[in-house]
Amino acid sequence: MSVSAGLTLVLSAVVSPLYLGVIQRTKSFFAGRAGPPIAQTYFDLFKLLRKGAVYSGTTTWVFRLGPIAGPAAGLAALSLLPQGPAAAPWSFPGDFLVLIYLLAAARFFTLISALDTGSSFEGMGASREAAFSALAEPVLLLSIAAAARSTGQTSLSGIFAGAGAALSRGAAPVFLLLAVALVIVLLAENSRIPVDDPSTHLELTMIHEVMVLDHSGPDLALILWGGSLKLWILGALIVGLLLPIRTGHPWIDWLVFAGGMFVLALVIGVIESSIARLRMNRVPQFLVGGGAFAVVALALAMR
Amino acid sequence: MLVLSGLAAWGVPRRAAAWVGVTGAIVGSLVGLIPAIHVLADGTTVAAQAPWNLPLASFAIAIDPLSAFFLLPVFSLSALTAVYGFGYLKHHRGRGRAGTPWLWSNLLTASMAAVLVARNGILFLVAWEVMTVASYFLVTFEHERKQAREAGRIYLVAAHIGTAFLLVFFLKLAGPADTLDFNRFLQGGPGGIAGTLFFLMLVGFGVKAGFVPLHVWLPEAHPAAPPHVSALLSGAMLKMGIYGILRFLPYLGAPPSLWGWTLLGVGLGSALTGVLYSLAQRDLKRVLAYSSVENVGIIAVSLGLGLLGLTYDSPPIVVLGFGAALLHVLNHAAFKGLLFLGAGAAVQSAHTGDLEYLGGLLKRLPSTGWAFLLGAVAIAGLPPLNGFVSEFLLYLGAFRAVANLTPPAALAGACTIGGLGLVGGLAAATFARGFGIAFLGEPRTQAAHRAHDVAPSLRLPMLVLATACFVLAFASLWIVPALRPVLAVATGIPSAILAAEVASVGTTLISLTEVTAGFLLLLLALAGLRKLLLVRRAVATSITWDCGYAAASPRGGYTASSFAQPALQLFAPMLGTRVTNLDPLGPFPTEASLATATPDSFRERVFGPLGRELARQLARFRHIQEGRVQIYVLYIAVTLVALLLYEFARVR
Repeated sequence: MSVSAGLTLVLSAVVSPLYLGVIQRTKSFFAGRAGPPIAQTYFDLFKLLRKGAVYSGTTTWVFRLGPIAGPAAGLAALSLLPQGPAAAPWSFPGDFLVLIYLLAAARFFTLISALDTGSSFEGMGASREAAFSALAEPVLLLSIAAAARSTGQTSLSGIFAGAGAALSRGAAPVFLLLAVALVIVLLAENSRIPVDDPSTHLELTMIHEVMVLDHSGPDLALILWGGSLKLWILGALIVGLLLPIRTGHPWIDWLVFAGGMFVLALVIGVIESSIARLRMNRVPQFLVGGGAFAVVALALAMR
Repeated sequence: MLVLSGLAAWGVPRRAAAWVGVTGAIVGSLVGLIPAIHVLADGTTVAAQAPWNLPLASFAIAIDPLSAFFLLPVFSLSALTAVYGFGYLKHHRGRGRAGTPWLWSNLLTASMAAVLVARNGILFLVAWEVMTVASYFLVTFEHERKQAREAGRIYLVAAHIGTAFLLVFFLKLAGPADTLDFNRFLQGGPGGIAGTLFFLMLVGFGVKAGFVPLHVWLPEAHPAAPPHVSALLSGAMLKMGIYGILRFLPYLGAPPSLWGWTLLGVGLGSALTGVLYSLAQRDLKRVLAYSSVENVGIIAVSLGLGLLGLTYDSPPIVVLGFGAALLHVLNHAAFKGLLFLGAGAAVQSAHTGDLEYLGGLLKRLPSTGWAFLLGAVAIAGLPPLNGFVSEFLLYLGAFRAVANLTPPAALAGACTIGGLGLVGGLAAATFARGFGIAFLGEPRTQAAHRAHDVAPSLRLPMLVLATACFVLAFASLWIVPALRPVLAVATGIPSAILAAEVASVGTTLISLTEVTAGFLLLLLALAGLRKLLLVRRAVATSITWDCGYAAASPRGGYTASSFAQPALQLFAPMLGTRVTNLDPLGPFPTEASLATATPDSFRERVFGPLGRELARQLARFRHIQEGRVQIYVLYIAVTLVALLLYEFARVR
């Protein structure tokens, strides 16, 4: 692992909570409010980390496994992700599969830790999350397959490096289509509007938030951090695919990457502010729509 | 050889023979493992031949790397399930002869070994039949229950349809030769009948492996058998079908793309159907049985992709496809064996396998719960355990096909990626549900509340298999290179190319193992960090958040059926779930109910009507068989005269 790759890993793990703040500020702007400070997530994290914890008598060690799985999988997945000019600490054919399945493993542990409470609310959230993520997974995989086809590469670094050449060869429609599919996956996987509303108040309408109702203190902090890592990872994946600009000057490349991430946060904020949340039974259609974008992208790439 | 004589000797039934049976099974299996490991390590073939005075038959046997590889799960699972069975069957003493289940389960192991080493068609079919009969008697072990008898009947019919296809397959494959020895099969290549042969083989072995729509016997037979037998059936016997396909494919010559596509399609169909029905089941053992259909489907997809690699001459795809199939055979034996044993322990202590009546078992069966969770993570194909590694190889093969090959092969890769992604997500849902509803939360019944952990002889095999899930995951970087001789037999690609491809897969797996090991270490580190944070802070125990409603009953917990509903609703037209709904009526409703059931639509819509129609048509011939001896003698005489006339006419 090179020094810059290691530094990037640590830095993105630290910066990722800021990303939630940027999205929140965008949403506040559109709602005409001042909104919380951009660093609000950090304040929340510190507050929670200083607290004690309350555990339900029903729960077992499985309940305590859920919160740590998120950041553990997120950090391991970050080690597979090339960001900006920095190479990934680990790069090998099919590395994105490990990345995707690490996030899936984290989700699995969240599901069972929700079921461990014996609560109907949390069971319901787990059930919804399981069904929707089963639909989101093929969309994510097929989008990356389209990128792999356009670039002829099977590792993330290879795909990111080859994306520029592919775009100049006229693969722009492929990348645009798969970007739409990936944004849909990002919204669904990170409990964003129109799939889920992170700020909703009624347990019955939640998906992700209801699964973590019973977690408190440091556990909740870990969950929050794990969530922001996941958002960062999927965001960096999209930016890496769509902005394959390599000037050779690391600082300019960093600037391009940071700018891309910022614009993506704005886009997410705008989407969340401009459309209403979908009815629960429309969510599968939304995800299958994403799947259609991915399939068309793949078909175009295979031409 | 050693194996056969050793196995035959310990199959002897004795009254109160549990000790004899279990010792025989363990010693026989361990003795059998020695030549298997030897052959795998050397990459050589050990063969022997003896005459047999049956037409076309001979005692031709051999252990080559392919046989040796499949002997591994057979013998390891046999030994482990024997230990489990020893503890489990104690509760069944006093009913009939105690030696009977041991006779059949040891005979089953011996016949599977015989299938694997046979090198003559007749010997193969005899061993195949013994395997079927032995497993039939194990399935109907609890023959007082109607369900078990019914399951046995369906199994027997299905298995014999498969055998009929295999008989024709062997006779066709032998061609004009006067023996069914494998080394005399169609030396000149199969020519025009290769397609027919492939079809016969696919059906014949597909019945045993459980490919959809030939799987109908499987979800009946596995839950009916005792758990250690289910583990052996699912972990080892289903793989005999896979072995058959791998063994006889090379005899059929260069595969056209149609074969690869057929296997790929059958596999994807099996995987998706299997996982959906698995998600729909209420009975824990039926969940596992349908998930076997799913996993066999994944193996078939891998084989299909590997075959397409052969067709389109792409060694990386061949190695990744066949390698994924072989590795998944081993992995599935480990985690499915583990899960069946765990489910058996849950059923034994809570007296039911119905998910809606379980719950909270993790606190009552801590070691079983641990093992079951590991099995669930592994079977859902999640890192860091072994199921992920074999699925990773398959995905990688598919992605390489998409990235580097011409459109037909790339399309196959794309289908694999999409299908497997969906199946993977649904499998994770299935096993989050299976583990979560049965082992977590509050017990839903008194029986589940009173459950306690099972005997050490039941826990030991589970512990070993759970360890195996870890070892197979983290040792995969050595296991896959060690599969080189097996791949050489199964694929027939030149050894230099094979060596290079296997080495590159090995390198990839080193990096993969580093990352998954990192994930494990991070889990431990973060658990430690939280422990550190909570030192000297208030850690309270309370009740689960219940919206302030403090009189919740455990029956109010989320049920298995509700958990599965959102996912199943998406596939409702395919599954044919029946909903019986009685809405509450009026201002003071007296009764209301909701019942859902998802029967196997292949059985309900295809084989059930087909069987009934067949029985109706055949009933017309019933008057031929009317019971008077004189009439039967007349039939014999008429047949003889007819044959004589025919022969007479032919000679003239």
